[in-house]
Amino acid sequence: MAVRDKALTYVGTRRIDGPLVVVHKPHDVGFDETVEIQDPQGNFRLGRVLDVGDREAVVQVLEGTSGLSNQATRVRFLGKTLELPVSADMLGRIFDGLGRPLDGGPMPLSTTLRDINGAPINPYSRQYPREFIQTGVSAIDGMNSLVRGQKLPIFSGSGMPHDRLAAQIVRQATLLGEQTQFSIVFAAMGVKYDVAQYFTRTFEQSGVLANVALFLSLASAPSIERLLTPRSALTLAEHLAFDLGRHVLVLMTDMTNYCESLREIGTARGEIPGRKGYPGYLYSDLAEIYERAGRIKGSDGSITQMAILTMPSDDISHPVPDLTGYITEGQIVLERELFQRGVYPPIAGLPSLSRLMKDGIGEGYTRPDHGPLASQLFAAYSYVKQVRGLAAVIGEEELSVLDKQYLEFGNTFEMKFLGQGEYENRSIDETLDLGWKVLSLLPRGELHRLSEALLDAHYVGEKESEVQTVALGDEPAFKPLVPPEK
Amino acid sequence: MSQTVLEHGEIVRVSGPIVTARNMRAATMYEVVEVSDLRLIGEVVRVVDDVATLQVYENTSMVRPGDPVYRTGGPLTVRLGPGLIGNIYDGIQRPLKDIEAHSGAFIRRGEKTDPLDPDKRWRFVPKIKAGDAVTAGQVLGTVRETEAVELRVMAPPGLRSPARVQSIAPEGDYAVNDQIAVIEDADHASVPVQMAQSWAVREGRPVARRLPADRPLITGQRIIDTLFPIAKGGTAAIPGGFGTGKTMTQHALAKWSDADIIVYIGCGERGNEMTDVLTDFPKLIDPRSGRPLMERTILIANTSNMPVAAREVSIYTGITLAEFYRDQGYHVAVFADSTSRWAEALRELSARLEEIPAEEGFPASLPTRLAQFYERAGMVEPLSGGTGSVSVVGAVSPPGGDFAEPVTQHTRRFVRCFWALDRQLADARHYPAINWLTSYSMYLEDVEPWWKRTDPAWAELRNQTISLLQQEDKLQQIVKLVGPDVLPDSQRLVLTVCEIIKTGLLQQSAFDDVDMYSTPGKQMALLRAMLHFYERGKAFIGSGGTLAEVRSMAIVQELVRAKSTVPNDDEEGLRGLTKRVDEQFDRLERR
Ligand SMILES: Nc1ncnc2c1ncn2[C@@H]1O[C@H](COP(=O)(O)OP(=O)(O)OP(=O)(O)O)[C@@H](O)[C@H]1O
Ligand SMILES: [Mg+2]
Repeated sequence: MAVRDKALTYVGTRRIDGPLVVVHKPHDVGFDETVEIQDPQGNFRLGRVLDVGDREAVVQVLEGTSGLSNQATRVRFLGKTLELPVSADMLGRIFDGLGRPLDGGPMPLSTTLRDINGAPINPYSRQYPREFIQTGVSAIDGMNSLVRGQKLPIFSGSGMPHDRLAAQIVRQATLLGEQTQFSIVFAAMGVKYDVAQYFTRTFEQSGVLANVALFLSLASAPSIERLLTPRSALTLAEHLAFDLGRHVLVLMTDMTNYCESLREIGTARGEIPGRKGYPGYLYSDLAEIYERAGRIKGSDGSITQMAILTMPSDDISHPVPDLTGYITEGQIVLERELFQRGVYPPIAGLPSLSRLMKDGIGEGYTRPDHGPLASQLFAAYSYVKQVRGLAAVIGEEELSVLDKQYLEFGNTFEMKFLGQGEYENRSIDETLDLGWKVLSLLPRGELHRLSEALLDAHYVGEKESEVQTVALGDEPAFKPLVPPEK
Repeated sequence: MSQTVLEHGEIVRVSGPIVTARNMRAATMYEVVEVSDLRLIGEVVRVVDDVATLQVYENTSMVRPGDPVYRTGGPLTVRLGPGLIGNIYDGIQRPLKDIEAHSGAFIRRGEKTDPLDPDKRWRFVPKIKAGDAVTAGQVLGTVRETEAVELRVMAPPGLRSPARVQSIAPEGDYAVNDQIAVIEDADHASVPVQMAQSWAVREGRPVARRLPADRPLITGQRIIDTLFPIAKGGTAAIPGGFGTGKTMTQHALAKWSDADIIVYIGCGERGNEMTDVLTDFPKLIDPRSGRPLMERTILIANTSNMPVAAREVSIYTGITLAEFYRDQGYHVAVFADSTSRWAEALRELSARLEEIPAEEGFPASLPTRLAQFYERAGMVEPLSGGTGSVSVVGAVSPPGGDFAEPVTQHTRRFVRCFWALDRQLADARHYPAINWLTSYSMYLEDVEPWWKRTDPAWAELRNQTISLLQQEDKLQQIVKLVGPDVLPDSQRLVLTVCEIIKTGLLQQSAFDDVDMYSTPGKQMALLRAMLHFYERGKAFIGSGGTLAEVRSMAIVQELVRAKSTVPNDDEEGLRGLTKRVDEQFDRLERR
């Protein structure tokens, strides 16, 4: 697309409406074009064109419209879409949602400019992700394995320890048998300063800060900027992964705030709202972000995405988690009840799911017993939930012997298998062996999902299972440890 | 698409994928246009006076008012000929492989590629001679498209009789655009015929007549074939919340269905799922042809991050390709994942067109559009004679997993199989999570004659199973309130048998090499043994035996595991199940 040599400046706007300004009779302006807006004080803001006709252009102002006036605002159309200069030097730096330094350092020097909207990855060019990432967290590695190039979000609720879990994953994530370190791109949308601070400190403590690029659009920043933040972050991630061949872990928090900004724009434009007021295109918009994860044939790099979102009122059917679940490759769901019982990480046993697990585990990746073991744990745990329901009605004493065994299994599973220390890093072998021990609390005849051969090899027997059982209401098996002193 | 001297339009407005242009008085509805000098492909969706509204299939960033619009004079068509099978296309039939060759791993706009390789030569074998009479759709010759598929080159569907062959190419190697025959039609005009033909995607291809459904599409999935069968030429919906198994079920069906051709449309879903098919299918062997599954499969991929307008058209592209093979006398199965994303594309475009919305923002035309799509399924007598069919299976992704929403509700009106996925089953990792109480098939009577020939006991065994499962549901309600102990052994036996049926028959792992596909024979053998177990158990308990004794028999474990321990072709092993039920009960009774 030819770039105009001289950008036209318009003095005065026609209408200012929420995050939008409307420019009268634009000339030669393109859809999605970047706009520079000068407020009456002479400060510059960025915007982009959402709709353009021969009579008017609707511009979304990324840094908010406060202080703008119809009379004194100057608008310049820059003749191109929003671009981000990208380079490996951006690691170790802090930027705002549009990629401008917030750390007092200089603009990164780069001649490589990338459209922050990216372009769709050709499905034919993708490489199916299948390399197991060991996070050291049993509930993830054992039951919901993450693989390199996957998009696996954390569905949380307010006050739950999603940040701590994400930080633990960042600290511990490794590839089995490889030394390669992840480069980390961190995007914060509308979160409080102390959350950003917490992550920065964690990166610092684990000595990876030089390998992290932060894009911060905090709660104090104009909300519309959040729409660009994940896009800027992913534009850098794509450069690192697919131009430079690095393995990139992209952490995005909190996607619910992102969605709220999108709703704001929709409302300002007078669009017909969808469920809970979110725009009908929320699915497609989120997909543009999440589908930027993956692997590409012929490139050594990868983008693994972990997005955190809080479910309003812990409601998983709320449009934000719902549509996210329809796009991502599974979800790690945090459960209020486990949290209140002191289990860390409170990863819900049943609704959590990793869809790429099946291809990244087993022979040649983890261990041949991994898949069947996980499947049996799920099945048994789901029966535990039924038994608990029954126990609540008829009383625990009235349960059959077998059902009581299930209860014991369930409690132990939650406390010892799901539960672990915040600084406890379990190898996949430890996780799987622990799984077998817990499972061995059940009679062998109950374990339909395991072949006789596997049972012969791993089933420890009800009696011999060394794992200490716990009852509901016991203290958590592992107290969250303090960070090891350096 | 030829560039002629049609007048250019001029853009007056751009709003995402919807562009308005003036000086378009002569444009026709659904005419294809090229937008701006990037020549982005679009379609006319509304004309008012001289202003046309266009739906553009590619990203319109930096397209401006004042930019030109080039008309092509024709509707959106697909190319039909050898080279379709094994290919992966985007929503408007651009081969993704060629796009990669031009623009790398990220899709650039304005790519123009030939749907069928114009240089590749195919061996054509004529089946008709010069001078022969010929009718519309008649087979003129054949091409071996893949080891598994013979493509039949047909006379144009619109050909008016009486017509005759003026000339036909001798056996030899030809490219898709080479002329292979000339036909003189009823008006004595010469109609040249190429190996490939074009067809407008929004129009169904004509057939001689529609036929009633009369045989099942065997899918190898036990809960489907045994309990809720779909007929060849039938329609089915798989509704379910996220992660309940829509895609896995569709993949399993695409792998193991006894269709001749599979068209898989990834419509607004994940890129990796298409990659999965692309890596898996060439390695999997079709049990019927002995050839890789990719040799009977066509993929249409318009993933969620690709332009939304192309998502809307992708299902028409897919079903038109399916009809093309149906017309050659093949049985084709179309899978669309997900029709909800397609409906959302309709909604988004309709909102941009500023139409008055009906339920939940969907256009009022939603039910009609759904009906039109499913209506293109069916068992038919093609113009070329014989029989052919298009079966359609659509995934539905209801918001919040709640089936009381417009897309699920309207789809229900137009499909005859409803495989309802259940969140609770999925959470318990009971896969496929098809709920046996809320799912249904309206093809039971249609497929019964086929079963009569295959295994006459099917209808009876099926009904008995359904009734046991319904009884179990009632009993479970009681158990939930008071525990299982109050039930007499005869009723607890029902619980035990249903447990066996659920784990040993209805649950089926897509990842287990033996379990992932069951022949009708194996399905019946398993079910027969399980129901026989029930009969013997009932008699045993009736004459004073206890459930504990029944449950302790080794056969219980064997029945539960047989799905993955006894392969399809081990007839001995399968028959042995019922035999061992008898043996073990005999032994119990003798004690
Ligand atoms: N038949 C099956 N055998 C084994 N696992 C299954 C089966 N069906 C589903 N699963 C499991 O469930 C997961 C989710 O299934 P799937 O991707 O088909 O869900 P979906 O309904 O298509 O979800 P979405 O609407 O988000 O696309 C799979 O990754 C797999 O782990
Ligand atoms: Mg799916």
